[in-house]
Amino acid sequence: MSKENTGGGLMGWIDARLPVTAALEKHVTKYYAPKNFNFWYYFGALSLMVLIIQIVTGIFLTMNYKPDGDLAFKSVEYIMRDVNFGWLIRYMHSTGASLFFVVVYLHMFRALLYGSYKKPRELLWIFGMLIYVCLMAEAFMGYLLPWGQMSYWGAQVIISLFGAIPFGIGDAVTLWLKGDYIVSDATLNRFFALHVIAVPLVLIGLVVAHILALHEVGSNNPDGIEIKANKAADGIPKDGIPFHPYYTVKDLFGACVFFLVFFAIVFFAPEMGGYFLEHANFVPADPLKTPEHIAPVWYFTPFYAILRAVPDKLMGVMAMGAAILVLFFLPWIDRNPVRSIRYRSLAYKVLLFSFAIAFIVLGYYGMQAPTPTGTFISRLCALIYFGFFIGLFFISKAEKNKPLPERLT
Amino acid sequence: MSAKKKATDERRVALDSSITNEGLDPKRRRLLVGGMSAVGGLGVGALGVSMLASMSPSARAKAAGAPVEADISKLSPGQLLTVEWRGKPVWIVRRTEQALQSLNSVASQLSDPDSQEDMQPVYAQNETRAIKPEYLVVVGICTHLGCSPTYRPEIAAPDLGSDWEGGFFCPCHGSKFDYAGRVYAGVPAPTNLEVPPYQYLDDNRILIGVDQEAAA
Repeated sequence: MSKENTGGGLMGWIDARLPVTAALEKHVTKYYAPKNFNFWYYFGALSLMVLIIQIVTGIFLTMNYKPDGDLAFKSVEYIMRDVNFGWLIRYMHSTGASLFFVVVYLHMFRALLYGSYKKPRELLWIFGMLIYVCLMAEAFMGYLLPWGQMSYWGAQVIISLFGAIPFGIGDAVTLWLKGDYIVSDATLNRFFALHVIAVPLVLIGLVVAHILALHEVGSNNPDGIEIKANKAADGIPKDGIPFHPYYTVKDLFGACVFFLVFFAIVFFAPEMGGYFLEHANFVPADPLKTPEHIAPVWYFTPFYAILRAVPDKLMGVMAMGAAILVLFFLPWIDRNPVRSIRYRSLAYKVLLFSFAIAFIVLGYYGMQAPTPTGTFISRLCALIYFGFFIGLFFISKAEKNKPLPERLT
Repeated sequence: MSAKKKATDERRVALDSSITNEGLDPKRRRLLVGGMSAVGGLGVGALGVSMLASMSPSARAKAAGAPVEADISKLSPGQLLTVEWRGKPVWIVRRTEQALQSLNSVASQLSDPDSQEDMQPVYAQNETRAIKPEYLVVVGICTHLGCSPTYRPEIAAPDLGSDWEGGFFCPCHGSKFDYAGRVYAGVPAPTNLEVPPYQYLDDNRILIGVDQEAAA
């Protein structure tokens, strides 16, 4: 704790008992971030902001929602029609869920572009991946709550994924997860508990760990070189600027643009043509009838397409799990010490962009009804998806890198 | 120095020496730490087991599996009747002559044509997977990921190929089943559809949920 801030006044009194000023300095006013952050660096701050939107709107939704097989669907309609501004709160929550994934996917792609997962940021990346997995669990369980047809059958399909585990374990696990022989009131009630308490608590803890780990190692940047290697006499990195006011102002601008998009969707296209809120979900859950075409919400479809691409239940589930799990190991799969794509080989650029395109194409086919062409293209893209990691493992050791600059460019 | 002050000082000295490792019995300390950990661990374990067990189906959920009766007298050939049993759809299909013949002609395309997998009671482990060949009784839940397939009796349906002889198609992941609920090879579903335990109460009434033998 620096002495000059522990003087008199109310702040001095508090600082002598709780290091508020010191913490603010460490994480905000004297946290030195590289000066060359670009467009891609908006999405970390934005995802934190969306998390706050989700928590706040979620609290208000729970005030009127009823987690009960007989009442849930009606209570959502009640929120939409009768609760003052209920429609706004619910549409903010549903739009927030989709945009959360938009910003998180862009945030993750940034890490791929600039090698932000590499030493010494492996743990930071792993915390990020854990946040992503929690977010998927949170989104999946939240989607059951409106108790519409898509909620119901989506949950049925995803829970059944665990049934692929052999030796009878799978059946026991699905029974335990559902708490009944079918997806029922018991399932809805526990998903509600997990969605509003358990997962958010874990999520907040992980976000804190993610930020603390970031501030310990320092931010990476589009050049992928360490600014800490080049410090002035006062110990401050020459290419660093304090997070506040420089990046708070930058992020505020990003937040304004984000809110323009966010509220345009909330006000004018909250269902987003069936991509954010699927049409079948406006029909109450019916355990006897599967909708003609069921697909998960768009942010799950790349993995769903991989599941469908494999013509075997257990192998399909394993491929889908592997598609997520493999990302955790990225810091060790990519063995090139150079971080940023700016100074890496053409081979890496080709790999990364085919990976990104394959991910988007998989996402598209995951939304479509199964057709032979779709399955063929999904299989091809699934191969590209996994091929990225295999290819990266082999090329990363032998890449012809460009010379790194001394200072940020 | 007062007596009181002296006593306090002595206590302080005793306290100080206990902080250093002087006169410490490491065996006893290890025993205490080990004992505490074991008891604490048991407590956490017992609590964990009860928490996890509370998520299994409750006594009420287990009790709600009563058998249901279906009246098949009004079922015309080719028609499908859905009955709810334990919250799941159970289909009763009155198969036509053509449907029964298709069971032989599609057999080569199936992954388990002889119903080797344990997906039916023994009395339904036959060519038609039924007690009476005319009536198919199956649980209408795809064995892949639990969707409910659709009944597709139309022959050579455009989306299912010119060799389609009728049966069931799962819109979720494209699994196909024939008129006996037997799964086609090369689709995601691993096994045939499940035949529930059932029995005929008389010619027109089927009881689903109770085995044939149990009543006999």
